[in-house]
Amino acid sequence: MTEPTLFDLSSPGRKGVTFPESDVPRYDLPEAAFLRADLPMPELAEVDVVRHYMHLSKYNYSVDGGFYPLGSCTMKYNPKINEDTCRLPGFMFTHPLQPIETVQGNLLLMFEMQEWLKEISGFAAVTLQPAAGAHGEFTGVLIMRAYHKARGDDQRVKVLIPDSAHGTNPASAGMLGLQVVQIPSDLRGNVDVDALKAACDDTVFGMMLTNPNTLGLFDENIEQVVKIVHECGGLMYGDGANMNALLGIVRPGDMGFDVMHFNLHKTFAVPHGGGGPGCGPVGVSASLADYLPAPLIGILEEGNQETPPLYGYVTPKQTIGRMKSFHGHFGGGLVRAYTYIAMHGADGLRDIAENAVLNANYLKARLEKHYTIPYNRTCMHEFVMEGQFEGSDVRALDISKRLMDFNFHPPTNYFPLIVHEALMIEPTETENKDTLDAFADALIQIAEEAKSNPEVVKSAPHETPFGRMDEVKAARELVLCCWLPENYDPSDIKE
Amino acid sequence: MTYIPHAPQERDAMLAAIGIRTVDNLFDAIPAKYRFPKLNLRPALTEMEAAILLNEIAASNESTRDLVSFLGAGVYNHYIPSVVDHMIRRGEFYTAYTPYQPEISQGTLQAIFEYQSMISALTGMDVSNASHYDGATAAAEAVNMAYANFRGKRSKIVISPTVHPQYRETIRTYTQGLGLNLSGDGPDTDIDASPETLTSLIDQDTALVIVQYPDFFGRIFDYTRLIESVHALGALVCVVVNPTALAMFKTPGAMGADIVVGEGQPLGIPLWFGGPYLGFFTTKKSYVHKMAGRLVGETVDSRGQKAYVLTLTAREQHIKRERATSNICTNQGLLALASAVYMSVLGKNGLKQVANLCYQKAHYAAEQLGKMDGYKLCFSQPFFHEFTLCCPKPVVEINEHLLEHGILGGYDLGRDYPSLEDHMLIAVTEMTSKEEIDLLVEVLQEASHD
Repeated sequence: MTEPTLFDLSSPGRKGVTFPESDVPRYDLPEAAFLRADLPMPELAEVDVVRHYMHLSKYNYSVDGGFYPLGSCTMKYNPKINEDTCRLPGFMFTHPLQPIETVQGNLLLMFEMQEWLKEISGFAAVTLQPAAGAHGEFTGVLIMRAYHKARGDDQRVKVLIPDSAHGTNPASAGMLGLQVVQIPSDLRGNVDVDALKAACDDTVFGMMLTNPNTLGLFDENIEQVVKIVHECGGLMYGDGANMNALLGIVRPGDMGFDVMHFNLHKTFAVPHGGGGPGCGPVGVSASLADYLPAPLIGILEEGNQETPPLYGYVTPKQTIGRMKSFHGHFGGGLVRAYTYIAMHGADGLRDIAENAVLNANYLKARLEKHYTIPYNRTCMHEFVMEGQFEGSDVRALDISKRLMDFNFHPPTNYFPLIVHEALMIEPTETENKDTLDAFADALIQIAEEAKSNPEVVKSAPHETPFGRMDEVKAARELVLCCWLPENYDPSDIKE
Repeated sequence: MTYIPHAPQERDAMLAAIGIRTVDNLFDAIPAKYRFPKLNLRPALTEMEAAILLNEIAASNESTRDLVSFLGAGVYNHYIPSVVDHMIRRGEFYTAYTPYQPEISQGTLQAIFEYQSMISALTGMDVSNASHYDGATAAAEAVNMAYANFRGKRSKIVISPTVHPQYRETIRTYTQGLGLNLSGDGPDTDIDASPETLTSLIDQDTALVIVQYPDFFGRIFDYTRLIESVHALGALVCVVVNPTALAMFKTPGAMGADIVVGEGQPLGIPLWFGGPYLGFFTTKKSYVHKMAGRLVGETVDSRGQKAYVLTLTAREQHIKRERATSNICTNQGLLALASAVYMSVLGKNGLKQVANLCYQKAHYAAEQLGKMDGYKLCFSQPFFHEFTLCCPKPVVEINEHLLEHGILGGYDLGRDYPSLEDHMLIAVTEMTSKEEIDLLVEVLQEASHD
C-alpha cells in the first residue's frame, strides 16, 4: 500500500520543531518586493514525520536486512562502530574554513588516510577530495590530460576502453571531449592483446581498465597490457571499483598503473546511503603527483618528541585545480573508512580480499551446473552468468524479480554488456556459508521453474509490497514532483 | 577486528566444493612477483581500541561547540533536530544501494520524490533532480548543461565575481577540456558594481550567466532585470542560492531563472569539516532532458498502486556512455534524505522561523559592529544572515586575537580577494545568541585598542 506523500499528510497550521523566540530587538524586513509571498511546504507534527519515514523504511531492502549480491557494487556489511565515530562532535561540528591550529585532529586523520591508501595501492600520492568513484575518474582523466599537456603531447585524444567497462569510464572521457576507442575482450575474458596493439599509436591518451574486470576476472596479461600502453606513450588508468578483491593481494601501483580511484563506499565499508554519498580518493604515480587537485594534506612543521607535527594544506605545483568545495567527504566517508582500516591492519585487509574471492568462487561452483557461465575460470570477487535457458523465454530480469520472493536482492542485471542476459553476482566477504547456500538453492529452484513453470518467474515478484513498475508511463508523463508545474503539458518537454 | 563470519569447518567445506586446497590457489592469475605484498600498516585494533583512538583524534579538534563561531562562507552552523539523525540511521535507508529495483526500494524512491518536490517548492522551479555532490559541482554541472543546450555553439560563460570563489574554481577545473571562455570574475572586477553591469559582457556567444543569491558578500539583489536582459540575448541564467534564505526571500524561479543550484548543507546536514554535503539542482521543465543526475518519477505498479521509479535514465552514463551529459553515477542519497526530514519536520512554520531568527540576529550583529570605532558595514544593500565588515586592520590579525578569546572570527575575504584583506564576512544563525554577539563586539573593541 503506497504511503501518502508528505504533502498529502500536511494539515494547515500544524507545527513540527519550533525554535526559541528572538533575543535581539526587532528589525524590519526588507520591502515586500524582496520577499516571497508564500512558502508551499508541508505542515506536520514530529510524530507524523517519524511515522512517515518509518513506513517508507519498511519498503526498502538493505544490507542490514539481507543478502545484497549486487555485482560491482560491493554491498558488504557496514560496521556499526563507524556510525558512531563519524558522529563524534569533534568531527561533526568542525567548519571546513577553521584555522588549521583548531583542526589538527581532522588533518592528522586525513594525512594518515593519504598514507594508508598509498601503502595499500602502491601509488606515490593520493588526493582525498573526489566525492565519488565517477568524480575520482573525472579527476584522474583531468590529471592525465595535464600530464600530456605539460609535455606538449596535445595530439593524444584516444582513450582505450575495454568492452566490459563500467559506463562511467567512457562518460568520464567524454566530459573532456576525448575520443573513446572500444577494445574487445578475448575468449578468456582478458583484453584482446592484438586488438590493443592495433589501436596503439602516438594519439593514445591512455587506457581505462578495471582489473579484475566486470566479469570478475583478473586480466592474465596485465603486465603485457600495461607495457603496450606505456610504450606508445599512453597512461594506464585503473578503475578501483573492484579493489575489494585486491587488498593485500596485489597493488595496482606495482603493476604499472599510473592513476586509480578508490571507492571507499565499496572497499572500505562506507555505507551506500541509498545511492550516495560515495567517496572517491585518487592515487597517482610519482610522475603525476604534481597535478593532483588542491589542497592535499601535508606536514607544515615537523614534530619532535614533545610536539606533534603541524598538519596543513599543500598545493601541488601544477595542480589541475579544485574538484569541489572544501576537502572531500570527510565526515561521512573518510572517518568511517579510517575506522575500518584501523580495525583491519595488513592481515585483516588480506582476509577481506581472500574471503570475498572465496565466497564468489564457492557460489560459482554451486551454480555452474545450473546456469551458463561464459568465460568460466577462477574468478575474483564476482562472476557473471547468463540468465537465460534454452527452450524457455524467461530472462535475466525475470530471474531477478523472482529472487525477491525468496527475500534476496537481485544481482546486477544486463551488465557487463558483453554477456547475454547478464546476472553479475558479488557476494562479498561478510556473508556466511548458510546465506550463500540459501541463495544458490533459490537460484537453482528458479532455473527449474524457468522450465517447469515459467509463468511464476515471469510474473514475479509475488511476495513484495509492490509489483513490477510501468516505467514507460513514468518516462512519458514525467511527474517529478508532488504537484504539477503550472500549465503542465508533457508534450512540451522535448528530447 | 573482523567481519568475516566463516567458521573453520565452513571454510574447509567451501574450498572442497571449489576443488582447491588453499585460498592462495585462487590467485594464480596474479603476476607472482607482485602477489601478496607485505603492507606496512599499523597492527589491527579491536572495536574498543578503535573507538578510543577516534575519540582522541576528534577531541583534539576545537569545534564550533567549543568556540563561538561567526564563520560561514557557504557552510552554516544551524541546529539539526534530533529526529533527522534518527531517521537517517535506519539501516533500511543507509545500508541500501541506488534504487535500481523499485519493487523493493520504494522507501528511497518516495523519499527522493518528496525531496525533489520540496526543493522545487523552495526554489520556485519546475523540477529538481535527486542531487549532486555539493553546491560547487552542481554549479559546474549547470555550465555543462548550458553548453550542451546550445550544442557547443555558444562557448562563453559569464560568472559574477560575487559567486563563491570555490565554486568558480570548481567550474574552471570541470570545464578545462571544453575550450570555454569564462569571464566576468577577473582580478580587476569591481565587486561594488550592480549585477546589471554583467549585461555588457553578454553577447550572442554567451551560453550562461551565473550569479549568487545572497551573493558571497551576503547581499540580496533582485536579478529580475538582469535575467530579462540575458534572455533577450538568448542565453540562460543560473542562480546559486542559499536554501535557508529562500524561506523568506523572493525565489529565483519568480525572477525567471533557468537553473537554480545550491548547497543543501544548511538543511540539516552537519558541518563535518566540509562534507559530505548536498548539491541541489533545479530547472525549468523544458530543460529536463538536458539535466544531469538521477530523477525519480511517479508511476503505477502491476497491481495498480501508485509508486515511484528512476526515470529518464537514458540520459545517464550507464546507457549513453561517452555521449552522456555527465558521468555522475551516485547522488547524495542519504543527505538528500536528511534534508527532506529536516524540511518536513520544520515545515512551513519552522523554516520561516529559522530564516527570521537568522535575519534578526544578523541585523543586530551588523548594527552593533557597524557602530564600533574603526569598523563599518561595507555595503548598504539588504542582506540575510551574512554581511561584510570593513575592519581597521587585516582580518588575519583580528582573528588571531578573537581565537585567543574562544571566538572563531568571520571569513577573511583577503584569502580570495587580495584587495579585501581587511574585509571580514560574518555569518550569524539561529544558533548565535545575543550574548555571543555582544562578546564579539567587546573582544573586537579590545583588539582595535591593541
